[in-house]
Amino acid sequence: MSQPFRRVDGGRVDRGRTVTFQFDGTAYEAHPGDTLSSALLANGVRIVARGPYTGRPRGVYGIAAEEPNAFVQVDSGPGEPMVRATTLEVYDGLVARSLAGKGELRAEPDDSRYDKTWAHCDVLVVGAGPAGLAAAHAAAVTGARVILADERPSPGGDLLGGRAHLDGRPAMDWVADTHARLAALPEVRVLTRTTVTGFYDGNFLVAVQRRTEHLGLAAPAHVARQRLWHIRAGRVVLATGAHERPILFPDNDRPGIMLAAAAAGYAWRYGVLPGRRAVVAGAHDGALWAAVELVDAGVELAAVLDVRSLPEGQVHRALRDRGVVVSAGHGVVGTDADASGVLSAVWIARTDGEARRIPCDLLATSGGWNPAVHLYSQAGGRPVWSLDHAAFVPGDPVPSVWCVGAAAGTFDLADALAEGGEAGWQAAAATGEEPLPPATDSVSGTGAPAACWLTGPVDERADSVFVDLQRDATLRDVRRAVGAGMVSSEHVKRFTTAGTAADQGRTTGVTTVGILAGLLGLPVGAVGTTTYRPPYTPISFGLLAGRDRGRLLDPERRTPMHERHEAAGAVFEDVGQWKRPWYYPRPGEDLHRAVERECRAARESVAMMDVSTLGKIELRGPDVGEFLDRVYTNRFSTLRVGQCRYGVMCLADGMLFDDGVTARIAPDHYHLTTTTGNAAKVLDWLEEWLQTEWPSLRVSATSVTDQWAAVALVGPGSREVLSRLAPALDVSAAAFPFLTVRDATVAGIPARVFRISFTGELSYEINVPAWYGLALWDAVAAAGVTPYGTETMHVLRAEKGFIVAGQDTDGTVTPHDAGLGWAVSTAKHFIGQRSLTRTDTARADRKRLVGLLPADPLVVLAEGAQLVVDADAPTPVPMLGHVTSSYHSAALGRSFALALVAGGLTHRGETFYAVDSGRAHPVVVTDPVFYDAEGARRDG
Amino acid sequence: MLSVPCPWCGPRDETEFRYGGQAHVAYPDDPATLSDAEWAEYLFMHDNPKGWFAERWFHTAGCRRWFDVVRHTVTYAFEAPR
Ligand SMILES: [Zn+2]
Repeated sequence: MSQPFRRVDGGRVDRGRTVTFQFDGTAYEAHPGDTLSSALLANGVRIVARGPYTGRPRGVYGIAAEEPNAFVQVDSGPGEPMVRATTLEVYDGLVARSLAGKGELRAEPDDSRYDKTWAHCDVLVVGAGPAGLAAAHAAAVTGARVILADERPSPGGDLLGGRAHLDGRPAMDWVADTHARLAALPEVRVLTRTTVTGFYDGNFLVAVQRRTEHLGLAAPAHVARQRLWHIRAGRVVLATGAHERPILFPDNDRPGIMLAAAAAGYAWRYGVLPGRRAVVAGAHDGALWAAVELVDAGVELAAVLDVRSLPEGQVHRALRDRGVVVSAGHGVVGTDADASGVLSAVWIARTDGEARRIPCDLLATSGGWNPAVHLYSQAGGRPVWSLDHAAFVPGDPVPSVWCVGAAAGTFDLADALAEGGEAGWQAAAATGEEPLPPATDSVSGTGAPAACWLTGPVDERADSVFVDLQRDATLRDVRRAVGAGMVSSEHVKRFTTAGTAADQGRTTGVTTVGILAGLLGLPVGAVGTTTYRPPYTPISFGLLAGRDRGRLLDPERRTPMHERHEAAGAVFEDVGQWKRPWYYPRPGEDLHRAVERECRAARESVAMMDVSTLGKIELRGPDVGEFLDRVYTNRFSTLRVGQCRYGVMCLADGMLFDDGVTARIAPDHYHLTTTTGNAAKVLDWLEEWLQTEWPSLRVSATSVTDQWAAVALVGPGSREVLSRLAPALDVSAAAFPFLTVRDATVAGIPARVFRISFTGELSYEINVPAWYGLALWDAVAAAGVTPYGTETMHVLRAEKGFIVAGQDTDGTVTPHDAGLGWAVSTAKHFIGQRSLTRTDTARADRKRLVGLLPADPLVVLAEGAQLVVDADAPTPVPMLGHVTSSYHSAALGRSFALALVAGGLTHRGETFYAVDSGRAHPVVVTDPVFYDAEGARRDG
Repeated sequence: MLSVPCPWCGPRDETEFRYGGQAHVAYPDDPATLSDAEWAEYLFMHDNPKGWFAERWFHTAGCRRWFDVVRHTVTYAFEAPR
């Protein structure tokens, strides 16, 4: 028979429709509105998981986010590991299987769409149970912008499927009315299937909205499967409810044992019998009321146990009317299982009394309610132990945060509604007359809950008392932790792993604290809970990535000439966010041969490079010269219009930060260039000093990196090519000397031409407005010039001993260390100057830039390789420095490298060893300038 | 995620800003006259109080202005901007 445990009526499922799903390879039927857990119970599937270490069978235990057992692997759709069956809405074609403590990630990428959104509101209400709905409504009617978020498919919370009445009508009518009123207000947003997972500083909350998962295979591909909400809320009302906790006893893990309110919830919310013959065992009135719900749903009650001994109250009379007598002072002392491991009987006893065996297929247990203080705790609140509640409840209030309803320990429906309405009203900063909460038929309590953690012979059977079902952690593990001297719940958590599984110990975390307190002889409050950290429930990596993956992971910056590089077959490398041509292989060429050819073109004829990515900052104002004198180690105020100068920048600690060429375009106008990867940092640096220390300087700084495209024209043939492209420009060495800048028309394009060189060769950098970049590139290329990429650029500059800030320096290198002492002025003040005479920076044995020639000219050293004196020295081997740049040189016909070495060139001519991956290569220390040391080539 | 009160743009998400450390640490008028210890004091030795702290922020992804705020290092509350 299909769905043998489905009640004939009742529940919020759509009985008119049937869906088919598979679990552990067997097909079952269910109704829309079912979760996987209710559907499995309806079909009599009792075993839904195995203990990860014990292999013991486990069954559905809870009904919502507290579930410790029923985590399944979903194989349909995009597939997902470790999904709670209690919150997984069944759909037609769902395929899932049971797990033993851990799932598997799929090897294929998940191509579902995930997105993110940001929202601001006056009041965020978390939880749409009675208290949350009352709060949202009270806030919303004032006109406040309200977001109400709830993790279930529809609002109502514990009223869902329940039998309470509000204002004389079924409570769900009030829920529907309130929801409709909220939905009609323009400033209100109700988010269902949305879990608020984190509460961060400044009332910044993160929520996960499940948008299409419940549609299963029919989910439209163009709609994001999940959406991550970032909500900045003026004030927050936490109506997050409470989690039921069990009482622990020997063999408390068998399928058929579940939380009492969860069992009742299955009967009434889903119309499913969680068993046919039940024992109910509790320590508070709620467990007894759950017994009433179960018997009214058609479950035979074999026994109802209460660890307390109370005078008869309303709930006892309700049970008596149904022919059930509460066994006061009784608890569960053990359970039996059938051959498959499923519950077959419960052993019960009065304290120290004889145990009695009661055959049954359901044991519904409830030790009380733990207010869901997770978000309150994340907001900075500290839960405190309340004897009245026998639970941790919110302690001191957190500014602009209200806890209401069960989350605040207010379990009475009328009180929760009043509390929610009051908080919503206050959170909206409303004045005037507050709306009245609906009238309730809620019942009065009978007695206070007992703080009962364990029943039965738990000392003798400590290894069968499970304190964490998903981790298979037992009472014996906790006792062992205490025996080892641990007194903190945080330590015990880590030692036993109790509370560290995917369910985060939601059902038994407080129980473990209570047990620990008992073992230590301390009050529960003195032990305290472990820290609640976000996320409240797991967030998939796909959602955290959102759209920011693949090509959209990071913006890609391309120069105006990019398509020409692609057409030329360039191989690209990433430099910051820029895509730069690395080298331009011709057919049959590898990196080495392409770079060798490109280097020869630059050294022997003429070559070109796209240098548009260089950082460019325009500085204007009468005080630019004075300002640059302060930020550069050398002087710029004396630079004449039309001249350029290489400059070095230090941080205040004296360490080299950036370098580049700056030109004076006009008396109050300088054009500064930075290392490609450093442009934003340099602009920040300049603005910081201008704004915070020297606001009197009349200087404005503007990034113009993207406004200029630039082509470096390099090599002995470059003058001739430029003269053809710019016939009106006098390119003679006398008229256009090294380190000058000229305005010119190049290939018909208005251009600014710098005569500077990063290769040692005669060269020009032609800058044009960015939209002419492609035209300029084409015009230069048409002159028969060889394009080269960053690898060749690096070889050429390293042959000349030119450093790259950030490659040959690392924030611990002064200009003197880098061999740039010639660029450091002693006649003026600059940032970092004082640091250069500190005892440490003036040390003679500082690491300084040197050249290295490997003994084997074919060995290209690994960049980062450490340098040692004695390759065979016992460890720890003193390390003298490391290789910073290393290449094969076409011009030298051999390999070479730059390195930072303690003592620098005092070691000239000595042999060290560069150690890489266990191999030690002998190298000779040399001057870092390998090529054209006299600088004859830059004038062509 | 802090909501940083930019005096020019109003409260904005922390990710738009760069933190600038302790405020009111003036660049010495004449660093050359300072001893190594005094210079190190300026460079490295900054306050790290538990409580209210005057600090600098730079609205990098906004108005690009530096400004000072007073923030509580325990509650992360910002003093109302003046
Ligand atoms: Zn701003």
